[in-house]
Amino acid sequence: MTETTQNPVTAPANILHPSGYLRRNPSVLWFLLGLAVLTLAVTLLSPAYGGGGISTSFVKTLGKTLCLCLAALAMDIVWGYTGILSLGHMAFFALGGYMIGQWLMYARTQEIVLQSLVAGPLPPTAEEIAQGVGSQIFGVVGGSDIPLIWGFAHSLPLQLALVVLVPGLLALIFGWLAFRSRVTGVYLSILTQAMTLALSLYLFQNDSGLRGNNGLSGLQNLPGLADVSQDFLSVWFFWASALMLALAYLLLSAVVSGKMGSVLRAIRDDEARVRFLGYPVEGYKLFVFVVTAILCGIAGALYYPQAGIINPAELAPIASIYLAVWVAIGGRGRLYGAVIGAAFVSLLSSWFTGGRAPSIPLGVYTIDWVDWWQVLLGLSFVAVTLWAPKGIGGVFDRFQGLHSPDRKGQPLGPDAGSLQESEAVE
Amino acid sequence: MRAFLLGLAMAFLGLTAHVGPVLAETVAKIVATHARDIEKPSRQTIGPVIADLAGSGDPMAARLLEAWGGKLLGKRKSDGAIFLLAPDAAGYALTDLQGASAGIAANAEITVLKPNAGVRGLIAAALVQFTLSDPDPAKRAEALNSIAKDPNVEALAALRGATANETDPALLARKLRLERLLTLRFDPDPKARVAAIEGFGADAGLDLRAALTPLLATTRIAAVTRPEGANIARSLTVGTDLSAADAYALLVTSGAAPARITREDQKQALAAHIAAGQVAGVPLSELGDQATRDRAYTALEAAGQVPSAATDDEVAKAIAAHGFYDVYTEADATVTAAARSALDRIALKVAAMQAADLSLDGLSLAAIYFLAAIGLAITFGVMGVINMAHGEFITMGAYTGYVVQQIVPGYTASLLVAFPLAFAVTFAAGVGMERLVIRHLYKRPLETLLATFGISIALQQIFKNIFGTQARPLTAPDWLGGALTLNDVISISYIRLAIIVLALLFLGFFLYLMKRTRLGLEVRAVTQNPAMAASMGINPDRINMLTFGLGSGIAGIAGVSIGLYAKVTSELGSDYIVQSFMTVVVGGVGNIWGALAGAGMIGGLQKAIEWLNPSNTLAAQTYMIIFIILFIQFRPRGIIALRGRAAGD
Amino acid sequence: MTALLEVSGVSVSFDGFRAINNLSFSIGAAELRAIIGPNGAGKTTFMDIITGKTRPDSGSVTWGERAISLLNLSEAAIARIGIGRKFQRPTVFEDQTVAENLILALKSPRNPFAALAFVLTGEGRARVAALAAQVGLGAHLARKAGELSHGQKQWLEIAMLLAQEPRLLLIDEPAAGMTLAEREQTTAMLVGIARTRAVVVVEHDMEFVRRLNCRVTVLHEGAVLAEGSLDHVTRNPAVIEVYLGRG
Repeated sequence: MTETTQNPVTAPANILHPSGYLRRNPSVLWFLLGLAVLTLAVTLLSPAYGGGGISTSFVKTLGKTLCLCLAALAMDIVWGYTGILSLGHMAFFALGGYMIGQWLMYARTQEIVLQSLVAGPLPPTAEEIAQGVGSQIFGVVGGSDIPLIWGFAHSLPLQLALVVLVPGLLALIFGWLAFRSRVTGVYLSILTQAMTLALSLYLFQNDSGLRGNNGLSGLQNLPGLADVSQDFLSVWFFWASALMLALAYLLLSAVVSGKMGSVLRAIRDDEARVRFLGYPVEGYKLFVFVVTAILCGIAGALYYPQAGIINPAELAPIASIYLAVWVAIGGRGRLYGAVIGAAFVSLLSSWFTGGRAPSIPLGVYTIDWVDWWQVLLGLSFVAVTLWAPKGIGGVFDRFQGLHSPDRKGQPLGPDAGSLQESEAVE
Repeated sequence: MRAFLLGLAMAFLGLTAHVGPVLAETVAKIVATHARDIEKPSRQTIGPVIADLAGSGDPMAARLLEAWGGKLLGKRKSDGAIFLLAPDAAGYALTDLQGASAGIAANAEITVLKPNAGVRGLIAAALVQFTLSDPDPAKRAEALNSIAKDPNVEALAALRGATANETDPALLARKLRLERLLTLRFDPDPKARVAAIEGFGADAGLDLRAALTPLLATTRIAAVTRPEGANIARSLTVGTDLSAADAYALLVTSGAAPARITREDQKQALAAHIAAGQVAGVPLSELGDQATRDRAYTALEAAGQVPSAATDDEVAKAIAAHGFYDVYTEADATVTAAARSALDRIALKVAAMQAADLSLDGLSLAAIYFLAAIGLAITFGVMGVINMAHGEFITMGAYTGYVVQQIVPGYTASLLVAFPLAFAVTFAAGVGMERLVIRHLYKRPLETLLATFGISIALQQIFKNIFGTQARPLTAPDWLGGALTLNDVISISYIRLAIIVLALLFLGFFLYLMKRTRLGLEVRAVTQNPAMAASMGINPDRINMLTFGLGSGIAGIAGVSIGLYAKVTSELGSDYIVQSFMTVVVGGVGNIWGALAGAGMIGGLQKAIEWLNPSNTLAAQTYMIIFIILFIQFRPRGIIALRGRAAGD
Repeated sequence: MTALLEVSGVSVSFDGFRAINNLSFSIGAAELRAIIGPNGAGKTTFMDIITGKTRPDSGSVTWGERAISLLNLSEAAIARIGIGRKFQRPTVFEDQTVAENLILALKSPRNPFAALAFVLTGEGRARVAALAAQVGLGAHLARKAGELSHGQKQWLEIAMLLAQEPRLLLIDEPAAGMTLAEREQTTAMLVGIARTRAVVVVEHDMEFVRRLNCRVTVLHEGAVLAEGSLDHVTRNPAVIEVYLGRG
């Protein structure tokens, strides 16, 4: 997996040293090494393949964290590199989950229904099976008909295609509308937030066809693998998540270190200037928006079978905001920053909210972290924005003795481009 | 029967009209004359008696009828005299027919007269007329109420008899209206009914609608030939007007066709006839298919082993052989036609009034969005800063109001304290936030967005920790309770009205502040060109701080207003924040009229969509947001956009 | 000589203010032209119209031998057909190296998929090195553009413009903030560039314009006031009125 020196994308970051992919991306080796070590450790400590030093639920937590890291990678590309603060990428993530969830739930229910029907005197008709599956799945929202949007749910390949297509198409339509009318900056953020809200409100309805606020459940049971225990499934999913994360990291670091990355960062810093260089800025934004939406969809498709349940609350705008928080805390504009941020904050968050963090007695009042973690998170987020815009990644710069260029002009943030467009005409 | 009763009533009418104050006969005399009929009454014979009683003009007549109908009229066994009875510990207290007390009698001495239900009905109808002519206007009004609640043909007759001597003009109007309402339903003459219906003209009263609607009630029938003489509302086409399944079900319920066998029953029947792995010669393994099952069942049918059930073919034939009709229960076509056209007319008028009511609803919603968004519009417009914690400032205002109500007694007084205090608290919070955070992030709008997210997350959790997750009440004073009701369609609660007024006040205040004060001038200067403003001696720092404080303060006031009709929870503000953003984006940034237009559009739109799809407010919000996303396509800078070079790109 | 760019009868208003008023202008394929005019004469708006940033209310803008209308093209498309623009303030991508800046500008297919598949050939590498050397940044290829001095950024931007290989260059006040030596260097370069392509220079500085020694168009209140050699236009009483009449 590390033989990537053959990578066809060989645009230089430094023309004087037109060296290979790895040289331009020193973080890749470290990242893959770390991920390999983690995977090995988790495998050896898992109840299924090793001593059982960690529980199956912890394996799942780690596996889910890897999926969140994948989503954070996508967010970093769209925000950290391209400067589009999307507040909708967790919606794409959840859509991916819904798509895979449809198959998981349908196929699994069909298995159960078939089992119960086979016991009857006559072999079941297709209609009876559909009826049985329908009332099993939709009884909770008072229906037994299988809605049209479940038309592909019987087929894993089709539903896997939807994992890619549905978030991709939504992103394509929304992005086309938004970018075409040159909506930028905070406007775009708010618009993406509105999109997320609309989608989640829609899914909350019982007649949305996706079981309203009940969502899809029982996703941890794989159809056809009823005999395999969760101990094994959890490790398999961990492997799949790790593999996907590694692949995405390799691919994305190749993309951002090449000319594509250069154009994206240029769009982030000064969109109008890029346009006058002849680049179709809207096309690039749309490309990035769609590709990252698909990545998020894939991450969600890996996440929710490990979580076991998905419901519309997962699409709430706040989820996408957290995604931005992770990336910001980890460090924007660097891929490993996004991964570190997502892993660090989400694991810390589950530690605090899980009630495992020790309370702090203050005499008159005891700080119980279940109640105060959100406050701490919110404030530390403000602190990071104010004092450490590079996030945790900034520590690595220190470590490598790198310093940001001493700029004569205005301080350029990842969002300054939209401002500079108006200045450019002066 | 009705005709008879009506005839009887007409007799009353004639009598009361002519008799007037002169006592024709006393009750005692009438009773004496008709003693036999009174003791053994029948519907045929009792008419004249009641008519005489009703026409007597003697005040005792009403009491007698009342007692008679209530089975409290009795005959003393010893002398056959008739008395009004009142249950007493020792038996009955007696009152004679002149109204004087006549002592007490034991149960055994009295034969209670128990008229049958038919007679009691006649008595009751006669009594209605008495109450309708009761000297006490309150009693008359009550009688009218009970008729309006339970209209019937007897009441019509009584009403007609009770209009001539009505002195109270209000009651007379009610009686006349009620008489017409009853006429259009119960008059035996269709012409009179049509005339009554048309007499209402463009009236859209709820009572009229209630009277007309039952005239158009239909029943659905199936018939081989078109029913002659029936008042057919419409004939139905199978497939478009009703489904084949429904049509067949109608045939089954009317006994015109045998029931179909359900799939489940068919399965049971097949399962009961499994023999050697086969059903009627069909192997079991092939029965996982509906067509095969039908074939097996037909084979069983042919063998006489199962009852025959309608096949698809037979069903189709049966349906084809019948016509399906909706038939009016009202037999007269002229009446139904008149009622239909009257109802159509009313529907149009009601729709217009509903539109007015909807506009009022939309207006009040717009006022709320305006209040919630105006602070946001100010900070966004002047400073280019999006404050994601704006929603939490709204919540903060609402909680301030709640705390004030815990301390200050009296809802009016507490509100008077709460509004300025909420403004002060959120103003301070806004200024604090500007000084501590936002000031350092100017020129980095997306980072401001994020930092204020952080504050929003933290504030929301702090509210939860302090006030808990349950809703806290913020009670409006009594004079804000209730609603301003124009008619049965158009109404608006006073709280909403107050919020509209408040929004208008703020609009005025804000316009004054921006156009007429030094601060407004400086704010506008900083908005248009900060560098130039600074060089003119305006301190942009101070202006930014004040603007942010002002925007936040208005959020606090919006919070108190919203809290008055919505429950105060830590999520109150975030429920409004996306709408507020939409308001600002749709309206156009940096312009108070833009915020107003945006709020009007979003409020109106939301109500309109809810009206189109009333069962589903979630879907309404979804559609609204989609609409806004599309709207941005056509007006990327909002309804009221700054144009030209100043707007940049 | 056929015109490369032909602007005719163009008008545009902002909120009732006529920024450009029935303006006509044309430039040949290899010509150096200076545009002068007082503040608010419409110089920037004029450039905005050519580069597609502002749509005129009326008039036409046509390009090239086949007289393509530029009015329906996006900014990016206009840049791709060969119109380069340099802003008054140096706008280079400060977070990227000089080399990256130049590669971005290098003439190549501009769509996202081409960017993904882009490979810097030896030829391209040589071109980048040559352009950098031409503007005196040969030793700074690996430095971030943000670290350069103001003048160096100007040079980098000019090199980026050349890398685009445009047929028409629009240059807004190139001399602003430059030292005397740098001005001379710039003059020489512009004259050199204009031998093979059209160059429009918008400038306030009469001394600089004189050194360019080219045809001059005077804009005033959104219309052409005078056109000809510098000496010719400076003798024009209307021009004197506009420039000197205001003191």
